[in-house]
Amino acid sequence: MENCKIKQLQLAAAKARLLGVQMVHDAASGHPGGSLSCMDVLTALYNGVMRIDPADPKNPDRDRFVMSKGHCSPAVYPVLALRGFFPVENLKMFRRIDGHMSGHVEMKYNPGVDMSTGSLGQGISVAVGMALAGKQSGKDYRVYAILGDGELAEGQVWEAFMSAAKYKLDNLCACVDVNGLQIDGATKDVMPTEPLDKKFEAFGCHVIKIDGHDFEQINAAYAEAAATKGQPTVILARTVKGKGVSFMENNAGWHGKAPNDEQFAQAKAELEAQIKELEG
Amino acid sequence: MAEKIATREAYGRALAALADRYPELVCFDADLAGATMSKFFKEAAPERFFDMGIAEANMVGVAAGMSLCGYKPFVNTFAMFAAGRAWEQVRNTVCYPGLNVKVIGSHGGLSVGEDGATHQCIEDFAIMRAIPGMTVLCPCDGNEMRQAVEALVNYEGPAYMRLGRLAVETVTDSIPGYKFEIGKGVTLRDGTDVTIIAVGMNVQMALAAAETLAAEGISARVIDMHTIKPLDRELVLKAAKETGAIVTTEEANILGGLGAAVAELLAEEYPVPVVRHGVNDEFGRSGKAPAVLDAYGVNAAGIVEKVKKALAHKK
Repeated sequence: MENCKIKQLQLAAAKARLLGVQMVHDAASGHPGGSLSCMDVLTALYNGVMRIDPADPKNPDRDRFVMSKGHCSPAVYPVLALRGFFPVENLKMFRRIDGHMSGHVEMKYNPGVDMSTGSLGQGISVAVGMALAGKQSGKDYRVYAILGDGELAEGQVWEAFMSAAKYKLDNLCACVDVNGLQIDGATKDVMPTEPLDKKFEAFGCHVIKIDGHDFEQINAAYAEAAATKGQPTVILARTVKGKGVSFMENNAGWHGKAPNDEQFAQAKAELEAQIKELEG
Repeated sequence: MAEKIATREAYGRALAALADRYPELVCFDADLAGATMSKFFKEAAPERFFDMGIAEANMVGVAAGMSLCGYKPFVNTFAMFAAGRAWEQVRNTVCYPGLNVKVIGSHGGLSVGEDGATHQCIEDFAIMRAIPGMTVLCPCDGNEMRQAVEALVNYEGPAYMRLGRLAVETVTDSIPGYKFEIGKGVTLRDGTDVTIIAVGMNVQMALAAAETLAAEGISARVIDMHTIKPLDRELVLKAAKETGAIVTTEEANILGGLGAAVAELLAEEYPVPVVRHGVNDEFGRSGKAPAVLDAYGVNAAGIVEKVKKALAHKK
């Protein structure tokens, strides 16, 4: 892939990270850790992978996306805003009583959001239903989802993948944001979910393992998923929770905590430096 | 002779009969198609029938996803698992986004019989009614069920409907040109002393109770309240004003269901004696269905007893 395209994606992700952290700071609540870890994958999806049109967010032939870990609204809303689905200004209404930008991803008032989520384990079933509908209607749209690795402890996730394999939903591609951390600590301590590759393969999925911060690998994985026939694809994206903000990286404490003014100033400085470097 | 058919069978046949006319209709089951009677739809339109295995939570979510792409999904399993197991999926993934998914709970109430308490769902009315925006139905006979199915197909938004296991006599055909309407109760028998508001197979019990009461000189009105939510407020208030005492009857826990809905309304708008008849906050048990119902007093005699209590309060 061309270097300039990669750089554009990196820049878009850095900008989205800054907006996401700003939102959480301004709302004094929210989930920065997992939002930052999946920001690169989400940025790739909405900037090249998915067939979408911000001017026509309800087009029945569009690709769909479900953020199954619905607390990662500080990833979804900024990426959609930067892509032009709604004004960046809207992000100021995050988690506010006088606005409609709910704490967890919400579809009713936010153009571009394909499904409201929040209760873990449920979004992936909805993605399966969208993919099943695509097969049923003979449409060629694809359905994408992002799950957390902690979320995989929910039994419904495995029900969902069993059904995706049964109906040979090769139009479904789920990405697991494997950041290894969840609210109470390390996923391997809270509830071990590994070996994920073997589990998903056993459930009938085509599995691709990547570095979830490497756009070349991300785009290649989505291309491979699109070329895979007869079974759903699961991308296991190894990521860093809190990616892009030094003091949040690999720290479970930043799962659902807002930075104070001082911490935000530092995060902002770091992200602005990344943006400046990428723009340079 | 009046038709006698289980509402689950009337439902299954009616849904199958609509398959051709509504190509967007899709049907899900969780390995109970032979019992829930979704098997009729499977026979009529196999390409639009999806057996999701014994995984009710996922089934509800997948149906939600299909509804987002323009389909009209009907999700079938026992009431215990539709309303119980998948409650939070119904709440968060269907009702909160306001999706067009119909959740059908077959084998509601004690009349499941031999399978016992684990499969006798008596809480579905209460827990489905507690979800904002949810419509809750339980038609009483084959005639009403057939019309309710088509009404549901044409209703945009989430709804829960309970079906019964036992064959029940058709009673709504006593009304010439009967037309089912979601949210509109039906007066099946007029009366002046008391009103019995019933749902599901308790409608037939209420009619039998009214006969017994008539022989004792008590005039009981009987309302078939097939829609628990939204409640037909006008009809309930009219009954309270005209008869001055109300008995509710349902094959469900008396906490939170039809009785609660009626009592809540009347306590706030027009207080008259209200006595709730149903399952008295206890689990069911195994036995032949009629024997189980008798053991819990969920029968015409039980309703007669509650009517007398209500009349005593009235004086």
